[in-house]
Parts: sequence; structure tokens; C-alpha cells
Amino acid sequence: MRFSVNGEPVDVSVDPDTPLLWVIRDELKLTGTKFGCGIAQCGACTVHVDGMAQRSCVTPVSAVEGRAIVTIEAVSGKEADAVRAAWIAHDTPQCGYCQSGQIMSAVALLRENPSPDDKAIDEGMAGNICRCATYPRIRAAIHEAAKKLEG
Amino acid sequence: MTVSQSRRQFLQGAAGLVIGVHLPGAVAIAARAQGAPKQPALAPNAFIRIAPDNTVTILSKHIEFGQGPWTGLATLVAEELDADWSQIRVENAPGDVRYYANLFMGAQLTGGSTAIANSYMQMRRTGAAARAMLVQAAANEWGVPAAEISVADGQIAHAPSNRKSGFGAFAQAASRLPAPQDVTLKDPAQFKLIGTDLHKPDTAMKTNGKAIFTQDLHADGMVVAVVAHPPRFGARPVRFDDTQARKVSGYLKSAIIPQGVAVYAKSTWPAIKAREALTVEWDESGAFKKGVKAIEDEYRALAQKPGASAAQRGDAAGALQKSGEVVEQTYVFPYLAHAPMEPLDAVVRFDGTHCAMRFGSQGPTIDQMAVAAALGIPTQNVSIDVRLAGGSFGRRATAGGDFAIEAAMCAKAYGDAAPVKLVWTREDDIRGGFYRPFFVHRMRGAIGADGVPTAWSHTLVGQSIIAGTPFEAQMVKNGIDDTSVEGARDLPYRIANFQCDLHSPKQGVPVLWWRSVGHTHTAFATETFIDLLLEKAGKDPIDGRLALLDPASREAGVLRAVKELSAWKGRRAGDRAYGAAMHKSFNTYVAQVAEVMRDAEGLPKVTRVWVAVDCGVAVNPNIIRAQMESGVGYGLGHALYASLDLDDTGKVVQSNFDSYRSLRISEMPQVDVAIVKSQAPPTGVGEPGVPPLAPAVANAWRALTGVVATRLPFGQRSAA
Repeated sequence: MRFSVNGEPVDVSVDPDTPLLWVIRDELKLTGTKFGCGIAQCGACTVHVDGMAQRSCVTPVSAVEGRAIVTIEAVSGKEADAVRAAWIAHDTPQCGYCQSGQIMSAVALLRENPSPDDKAIDEGMAGNICRCATYPRIRAAIHEAAKKLEG
Repeated sequence: MTVSQSRRQFLQGAAGLVIGVHLPGAVAIAARAQGAPKQPALAPNAFIRIAPDNTVTILSKHIEFGQGPWTGLATLVAEELDADWSQIRVENAPGDVRYYANLFMGAQLTGGSTAIANSYMQMRRTGAAARAMLVQAAANEWGVPAAEISVADGQIAHAPSNRKSGFGAFAQAASRLPAPQDVTLKDPAQFKLIGTDLHKPDTAMKTNGKAIFTQDLHADGMVVAVVAHPPRFGARPVRFDDTQARKVSGYLKSAIIPQGVAVYAKSTWPAIKAREALTVEWDESGAFKKGVKAIEDEYRALAQKPGASAAQRGDAAGALQKSGEVVEQTYVFPYLAHAPMEPLDAVVRFDGTHCAMRFGSQGPTIDQMAVAAALGIPTQNVSIDVRLAGGSFGRRATAGGDFAIEAAMCAKAYGDAAPVKLVWTREDDIRGGFYRPFFVHRMRGAIGADGVPTAWSHTLVGQSIIAGTPFEAQMVKNGIDDTSVEGARDLPYRIANFQCDLHSPKQGVPVLWWRSVGHTHTAFATETFIDLLLEKAGKDPIDGRLALLDPASREAGVLRAVKELSAWKGRRAGDRAYGAAMHKSFNTYVAQVAEVMRDAEGLPKVTRVWVAVDCGVAVNPNIIRAQMESGVGYGLGHALYASLDLDDTGKVVQSNFDSYRSLRISEMPQVDVAIVKSQAPPTGVGEPGVPPLAPAVANAWRALTGVVATRLPFGQRSAA
């Protein structure tokens, strides 16, 4: 299977039903993308596939043949920079385990909707569980990132 | 302020969970120069390493999994060291009880919201000792009196000779000096770091994928294991058939271990797939086959009878009998899973004599002892490299080191001294037991002619967390496990006739402390019941509570603070209702007001929560606020949505986040926090935000709908 991860071409030979998550983590050793549930319920495994947020734990690697994958390690651009800066300013993470997925979802949300209101944030981020409930800071950080992108 | 505080004084001042594992030398404040040979370093008490580049690395004896001990402990050291915050780094300390014991427990263990409370003086003294040693080293080098040297913002200076240096230049010389036994600590008025919103040193690496959790560890030759666990608690593996599993590419082998069948593969996915293809025969002769319905019936019957007395004053039974109207409620609390975001995992290498473990061990002392016993090797042959963990809420500390043993057995059964990474899936986590115990509470109360409660009777029924563990002898007294009745036996309200009693039936379901332990259920029962009594007496929830408290008490303080913060106007305003609750846990006082409305489906929607907290000296207000927000969110998800059930044959019903419902961002209220100013010694914040949330919401829901929530969770359709 050939596709690209973070701009680098990748050629892996694993069972085609192997979830993209495990290819990224175990084969490519990019461990920022997390395993939380395995059934697309928690969003810890969120990556970008051709720019769209996707749950890599239920995405068979065969489905990303020829596509461009971006993970937390390399997500870049003005939205990613703004999101990271806001996350740090608000000290958003607690345990931190879900935050890669939260950030990947937040970046995708802001690319789609540069100035989301609370409702749009709730809708865009509802697929990402945080057991530490850092939700108020996620909301605040997304608002702050959006403001920065405006200015 | 000069202090010379002994371990004995610490223990005398300690409250709450005290585990009597006596480990001499655990708290020696004496400096022990211990640096990596190639990198000269100063390490008073093995807590501080100063590198030539001036970076100061604090070894945190408390594991970081979100509640902020890295920041808190480092702040205490940096304050007295007069370091600059930008030069501070933090790592988890390895498992070594000689240096890293929790001073309230005598074992290396993070829990009971004690990280800051037990470390407050110890870490300040450590920082002050290191500062004194750096000053002495500089004085020796410069040939000037130590008294003329000042330290500020990471700079050592001698003004008369106009000399100045960073810490790094003197780290090696200082490491060779004896550490002072008595140090002078700052007067709180001089604090520059304590009391400020310092940023957390672990934030940046948690925004770019660089934070390494156990799940992320790889090693040469590493094998991944998943375990096929029994379908019911107490069942044992007899034999397995891996004919189908062998067709999975990457599958290596399987082996029976006491906990189930370990399935090994070259990486994670083949291991998970092979486990699905495995057939296991289980011996269920010792399996627990009761469901929660039967447990509830049993508990309801027990609640009609008096249990072991946990507290008594006056004559509650007599006063209830004499009363014209007895108010009675029975509450039912489900089992709950902790479900930290990172499922349990560990990387273990066992070569037959030494066992090297890397994982998010919450109680390294317990885990080291348990694994040593299981493998039949000396405790000192078990090493634990404590890793960042993706949440815990209590799950990563069990009294018997159960998960650590399972990981060690996986490594032993594989053999070849290969590093084995044990990975639990979410299903293993939800179905793996060690739950917040199922409880039934029966409350009875009476109100006098003046509207003041005259009698209060509280009967609790639920499994003991401590019974059957190595801590039973120390922690279960006269049939009372304090973790079952904490927050109930010590009801703060002045009620003349009071009793609290407990039944502790045994069940084959493993139970465990779960973020705020007994307070998870006792606060709900006490704070909804007092609210009901006050309502029946026509009293305001906050003023009514205040009337039953000493105005000078900290309980009253947080109630007044939350009243002001929320601009309290009573139980109802338009389509919204307001509920209050106040609860002390782990010596921290928290009062909350919840604003609740009906959503489009008629279910409770919590829109705002105001929190007032008194945790003594506020070491880092930003983290205190974050933990109150976290407590609200964790409390709310379990108040409204989460329940862990056993079917009538003893099988766990839920398996993942689709059935074990977690709070999502769209369900998270706005949270406002007020920190009550206090000069009292600091206490914890990781747990105390949880207990008042569910009763505050339930009290608001009752004000809105008239429905008394007696069964948790109450946010689902059947409750509306």
C-alpha cells in the first residue's frame, strides 16, 4: 500500500484491513496519534486524510491508498499554529492523551469555519472525548485561535 | 521561618488515608549527591538535578496524569531555590520508596489528593537546601562570606564584588557539599512563584505529539501482548485453541496466565485480531454470576436493618419515632468504571531474576512488592520507570498491584527475556473490574417545629474497597471501612440526633477507589437529603445550610463565596433552576451552584456551574481552577450518563464509549471558580471538585421538575 504521511511517501505491506492507526503508530512509529477506543467513539486517533479529519482507528489502510495523511507531529499552517499557541496559552491539556486528536479536530474545524460560535465548536468537537473534561479550555482556545486568524 | 520537621510530625499532622507500610529512611531530608556520572548534578534528597546549562530538573515523586503535581512540586522547589521558572524541567521519579514516599502514607503512591499537601514543606525544604549548597559553593569559589551572597531568578550574585553566575557553574561543587539539616524557609509574603498562574511544563509536549506515554514505548525485539480475559469475574482459563489465530500474520503464540490467556504478536493490531480468533475454555465454577438487579434487591433489604455503627450522637432512632413526619429516601448508585483515556498498558522485561517495568504506576511501592511476590524475586529486583499516564482517576493504583502482576506474568510466560508490551483495549478497561462500588443509601430525617432538622439517620450498603486487601488490618476498624462512609459519618450540619451505619456485603466484583472515593456517593445522599429537608421546612438552600454551620467554619466560607459568585437568587428563575451543594473531601472544601434547564427532549441540561473552593494556600490558582472544571465535567458525566451494569448472569453489559457514556463537549457547562483566600496548609484539588456536582444538579432538577433523583445516572430518558 502506498500513500503519504506528513509529506513523505510510505509503502507498507500489512494486511489491508489493518487500521491506519496501527500503521501510523506501530509501523511508522509516529506515536502522537493515540489509541483510545478502536470504534471511532473518542477521537483520540484523529488524523487528516486529504485535509479532512478522520478517525484512523476505523479507517482500513487499504482505504487511504494514494492519499495524503497528516498527523499531529506535522500538522502545520496558520490554523495549526494558532490552535497550538492558544492551547498553550490556556494550559488546555491535563493528562494530555486525547489532545492530539482534539487539536487535529480543532484545526480541521477552523479550516472549514474560521469563526465558529460555541454551537459550531460543540458540533465540530463532539466526536472527541476528554475524560479530564478540558472542554471549557478547548472552547476558549478555539475562540482565541479564531480571533488570531481574523486579526 | 525555620523548620525542622520530622517524619513523625508529618504523620501526626496527616489526615485521611494512612497506609502503615513502615519504610525507614523514606523521608531523609539529608542531601544525597547523586548525579549521572557524566553530567555533574546536584541532587538534595534525589529530587533536584542541576545541569551545566543551568536547567534544573525536578524529579516528581507524584505521577503526572493530569492533576498537575509536576507543576505544583516544581513550583515549591523553584520558589525556595529562587530559580527562574523558565529553567525548570520535570520528570517522574522512578520507583524508589527510600526517597519518593508519600509522607502521609509511607509508600510511594499518588492518591487521596495528597500530592501538594504531603510535599508542601518537603519540596520547599529541598529547594532551600539546594539553594544553600549553591550559595556555599559560590562563597568557597569566590572567597566571600556566604551571607553576602544573594540568589534571585536563577542568578547567584555577590554585590560587593559585582560577581554573578547561573546555577550550572556551581552545580558540581555544590553536589560535593553536605546538605544543611535545617534550612530557613521564606515567609509567605516573600513568595514570587507560589500563588501565581505559572504555565505547566508539560503543556507544550502535549500539543505536538511529543509527550511519550507507555502506549508509545517501543523497544528492540518488543512483543505486544493482549490478554483474553474471563467472561465473568472469578472464572479461570482451562485451555485454548489458537488454530484460527495462527492464520493472523504477525501472531506469535498464546500462553495461559492466571489472569487469562496472553496472546502475543509482533505488533498491536495482529495481537487484537488473534485474540478475536482465539477460542478459550473457561472454568466458571468460581465465577461471580449475580447481576446488579439481584445486588440492588439484596442491598435494599439490608438497608432496612441497622448496620455497624460508624457515628452516633443523640438518639436518632428515638427522635424519628417521636416525630410526626419522617422524610425518607433511598438512593441507588451504580458501579462505575474510571475509563482513563489511555487504557492500561505496560512494557516489561523479565530475565528470570530482574523485572524491569515501564508504565504509569500510580503506586510503585505496592506494584514492586506485588510483582516481586508474584515472580518470586526480591523486591529490589523489580524496577519501575514511572511514565506519563493518560489519566487514572484512581485506576492505576490497586491495593494488590493487579495490573502490574498481569503485565509481569505476560513477560514471564513469553520468556526469552523479551520486552513485552501489554496493551488493554477499551473493552478490557470497561470490563476489567475495579469499579466504584455499587451502593444503596437509606436516609431518614425529621424536622422540628422551627424548621430545623432534629434527626438524621443514614444507612449505607456497599462493598468495602479495603476489605480483603493488605491494608484491611490498618484501615478497617470495628467493621467500618472509612472509605465507605467518609463524607457521611462526618456530616457537618448541626443536627442533635444523628446516626450513620454501614453494611459491607461481599461480592465477587473487584472494586476500587474512584475519583473522590466514598464521597462520590456520600455527598450525593447527604447533600440532596439536606436540600430536601430544607425545602420541606421552607428554607433557602444556601441560607438554610449556613444556619446549621458555625459561621467561622470553612464550610460556611465556601457557601458564602459561591452564593456571591453565582449572585444567588433562589431555586428558580424563568426556565432555569438552581441547585446548591457543599462538601468537604480530602480536607478541601467545595461549594457549587448548578444552573439546569430542560433540553429539547426534556432531559436535564446543565448550562453553568459556579464553584467556590478552599484548599488552603493556593499554590497554582490556574491548576486549581482547571481541577474544579475537571471535577465538574467528570462528576457531570457520571451523574447524568454513565452506569456499569452486570446482567443477570454476571456479565458486564457495557464495553466501550458507545455504551459507557462519557460527557462530551456539547454537554459541558460554563464553569466559574472562586478560590477562597486562606493561609491554611495547602490541600488537594484533584478529587474534591467531583462530590458536590451531582447533588447540586439533582437539587436544581428537583426545583425544576419536582422529581427527586434517587437513582444515578439520572440524565437519561427514563429519569425525565
